[in-house]
Amino acid sequence: MPYTTETIEPGTELLTVNMGPSHPSTHGVLRLILTLDGERVVRVEPVMGYLHRGMEKIAENKTYTQFIPYTDRLDYLAPLSNNVAFALAVEKLVGVRVPPRCEHIRVLVCELSRISAHLLWLGTHAVDLGAISVFMYTFREREVLYDFFEALTGTRLTTSYTRIGGLARDLPSGFLDAVGRWLDRFPKDLDEYETLLTKNKIWVERTQGIGVLKLADAIDLGVTGPNLRASGLEWDLRKAIPYSGYERFDFDVPVGTTGDVYDRYLVRIEEMRQSVKICRQVVKAMPGGPINVDDPKLVLPPKEKVLTNMEELIHQFIIVTEGFKAPKGEVYQAIEAPKGELGFYLVSEGEASPYRLKIRSPSFVNLQALPRIAVGALISDVVAIIASLDPVMGEVDR
Amino acid sequence: MIAPVPDVAHGQRVSARTVEALRGRFRDAILDHRTFRDEETVQVEPSRLVEICRYLKDEPDLAYNFLTDITATHWLDRDYAYEVAYLLYSLSNNSRVRIKVRLTGAPGSASVRTVAGVWGAADWLEREEWDKVGVVFEGHPNLRRILLPEDWEGHPLRRDYPVEGVGA
Repeated sequence: MPYTTETIEPGTELLTVNMGPSHPSTHGVLRLILTLDGERVVRVEPVMGYLHRGMEKIAENKTYTQFIPYTDRLDYLAPLSNNVAFALAVEKLVGVRVPPRCEHIRVLVCELSRISAHLLWLGTHAVDLGAISVFMYTFREREVLYDFFEALTGTRLTTSYTRIGGLARDLPSGFLDAVGRWLDRFPKDLDEYETLLTKNKIWVERTQGIGVLKLADAIDLGVTGPNLRASGLEWDLRKAIPYSGYERFDFDVPVGTTGDVYDRYLVRIEEMRQSVKICRQVVKAMPGGPINVDDPKLVLPPKEKVLTNMEELIHQFIIVTEGFKAPKGEVYQAIEAPKGELGFYLVSEGEASPYRLKIRSPSFVNLQALPRIAVGALISDVVAIIASLDPVMGEVDR
Repeated sequence: MIAPVPDVAHGQRVSARTVEALRGRFRDAILDHRTFRDEETVQVEPSRLVEICRYLKDEPDLAYNFLTDITATHWLDRDYAYEVAYLLYSLSNNSRVRIKVRLTGAPGSASVRTVAGVWGAADWLEREEWDKVGVVFEGHPNLRRILLPEDWEGHPLRRDYPVEGVGA
């Protein structure tokens, strides 16, 4: 019989337990107020905002370019894909499309970020359920990815790699070869991680049939990303509304059937394989040519010209001090981030800063499913359910 | 089985058709329509918002079953104080449309009916906009702050919010 508040026997003494905001399995500063009937969860009330930095307000006083570093700090497990999402939104507003080489690099970094974000999810999810060794393996792998990000952007986490109309810098020499070699190795490692969990009796029993998110509920609550797909809908923005040239690449969108914790696990594992497939195609097809649009009012000129030419010096000075003025209007641009639909809604009054910027954060919206699916679960399953929804609080709280 | 997602061009045709359908059915309640960068924005009469949203969701041809986002914007020096934009998406048509209402009034009195009864996603999205901008969503089941502390004063995303501190 499904467990609801109506099935509680009269006279039952309910217990309120505070979980978080500093709790290892809440993956950041999520706080839950749990109402329990013994071990059973009767009610879940998430409390957020511990990491709220007022990013949307900050954006009102920053030029578009100056806001890029703030996007690193949204989903801090995939900063590169946030950079791409924001750049695409502003480029849509301005009305430019970046050159093919830039699009390919953006796809590559988005997919590497997805693998990196999913590896962190996998490692911590396993730790939450007591499987410590998976964590060690996934972090070994993430270290390699972070080396790539460092080689590419100069930093491991606060990448700020995109620019409006292009990228901060081109690929370093030997980068594609190194990524290619890693791509050859990684799927075998992933198979190995799977042997630790997929058919592991403890793992299966702790995840199957737990935290079932029905498809109708997922759609009603606006859930996106792997959480939606695990509930059985083959919907992925990379296919539905392709951006940055995703239509050029061949890949599958894995879906689940039941929408439980186990299905969300399987979907993310398979997504990593599909990301590898995309990365391989990108590495193979990487075109030459410029990485930035040819628009001196939008993109910083090459440094050597700034030091020798008057006009370039002026452009550099204006872009850095005042920014560029975007046309008046409003746009919404979204990408399939590792957590789901990450969108930026920009309202422009024709100035160098947005009049209003709204971040449609997938983790925030997905987290709304938690109170619905955790009712009736055991308190120990709540840990599994949070991990399987994979929220990242930097993005929830903004 | 669920049908595959239609392509972008189909989505855009449906978006355009949505605007026509709204004009045909709600006539006076459709106040303005704009297309910018292939995005359709329809401004509607606030008192008819919920009815329009329900139509957009329930009409089988349109089926805007997915509420992507809600954004409230505060305006200074205009004859309205707030704009609330509802970004809708149809999973079966791959189409988007933005429905907008303009509201007058001070924070705490500018209000519009909640759409939480149409899409469950509106619950937190409306709470967030109340918290940041101060628009009241009438009939919302639980309109409390969500990102800022409960005892916070004011709504920081208002354009006249004292960003350097009260009295600075």
